Amino acid sequence: MIERGTARVKRGLAEMLKGGVIMDVTTADEARIAEEAGACAVMALERVPSDIRRDGGVARMCDPNKVSEIMAAVTIPVMAKARIGHFAEAQILQSLGVDFIDESEVLTPADESFHIDKWNFTVPFVCGATNLGEALRRIGEGAAMIRSKGEAGTGNVVEAVRHLRSITDEIRRLSVLPSEQLMTQAKNLGAPFELVKEVAETGRLPVVLFCAGGVSTPADASLVLQLGAEGVFVGSGIFKSEQPARMARAVVEATTYFNDPDVLAKVSRGLGEPMRGVDLRDVPADKLLATRGW
Amino acid sequence: MVDPQIGVLALQGDFAAHLSVLESCGYRRSPVRSCLDLDQVDALIIPGGESTTMLKMIDRYEMREALVKRIRNGMPVFGTCAGAIILADRVSDGEMALGTWDLQVERNAYGRQSESFEADIKVRGLDETVRGIFIRAPIIVDAGGAEVMATFADRPVLVRNNTMLAATFHPELLGEARIHRWFVENLCAGKE
Repeated sequence: MIERGTARVKRGLAEMLKGGVIMDVTTADEARIAEEAGACAVMALERVPSDIRRDGGVARMCDPNKVSEIMAAVTIPVMAKARIGHFAEAQILQSLGVDFIDESEVLTPADESFHIDKWNFTVPFVCGATNLGEALRRIGEGAAMIRSKGEAGTGNVVEAVRHLRSITDEIRRLSVLPSEQLMTQAKNLGAPFELVKEVAETGRLPVVLFCAGGVSTPADASLVLQLGAEGVFVGSGIFKSEQPARMARAVVEATTYFNDPDVLAKVSRGLGEPMRGVDLRDVPADKLLATRGW
Repeated sequence: MVDPQIGVLALQGDFAAHLSVLESCGYRRSPVRSCLDLDQVDALIIPGGESTTMLKMIDRYEMREALVKRIRNGMPVFGTCAGAIILADRVSDGEMALGTWDLQVERNAYGRQSESFEADIKVRGLDETVRGIFIRAPIIVDAGGAEVMATFADRPVLVRNNTMLAATFHPELLGEARIHRWFVENLCAGKE
């Protein structure tokens, strides 16, 4: 019997993306540049996060025309973002045939109490998380992939590192706890007990873990892979750099050879200006994207 | 080759899942990211992932010639999904795969992710079915003279030609070890 949209089929696509770079693109041309550079998938959106941050206003799902153009331009998987809790946007994206939906804090949240019930969809979802409890709540809702949130559109990797370390440290902590402590941990994390138990037993998330939000150079990619990410999302970092095609290619190579400083040194040479970036201390608390969602 | 060293091409994709299946069988194994790594192995698994990405890395890190040569000289090789595409000599969208195998393959032939599926697959030589996970899977349009070891909906999904084995699905995702075991015991045994 054929079964579609099972957890294994959804999580399976995330497994295929491992060791790869998923790049934000806003046009079919950018999508082709990303594919040519070796991206394992692209994320179709209206504006990259740094422009969303600059422009303000409400950030919504991408125009279906644009999503379809990007899907037609490349053969690699195409992802698109829906607002947190906006299941109607997600239904539209599923109907367009995108390969993955990112329920993303980069867009303006549509619901301040509830995320999308992702089990209701055959398309897989990726969700952001700042810590293990948040990651397990999203997985409990049906997310087939997790990305640490970082702080999108800043070109600053510090929050990505903080969130990734928080997730991996909490996983390590769970894996050494005696079983009688797991229920209390589930309560403290605000996470489903069965998932807490599974993480404690396996020492890893039940889905693939990528890193997002501020990765903008080959060295950044290497850093977060060495810290335990299984791949990276690069948003503004590519197309807000001086030479997008070269930067894109260098980040792809750095992701494969994240453990090889000689290759990293080679690919980091002469890339021109990376995106300018911002110091997080200059970002007021109400402008932080990572605090959206719960 | 009593205890062959099995390499897994680790440029992108689910190479870690293959390594852990090999580990569960107790086989010697190592990731392959360069020609140097390739020299150290007796057989190679090419994993699932994005064939476009893997082929670009193969070319940028100058592994194409070495891979083609080793495979043509009889190094046992097992490709799953993207790995099967990489071995083929005719790929639907003109992708420049290694072309070491007279296979015609159509990429993403079932459709996009919404058409990805799982199904029970009867494999020749195995008593129980294998649960096949097909992710944006290719279809083998023409298997040439290859031996067809499993089909799904009248299409070959597991084929073998001398020392080459290709699956359009992912046994490694469920920790399924029988096909890997068959590969090592039947295609890698008796090689120099």
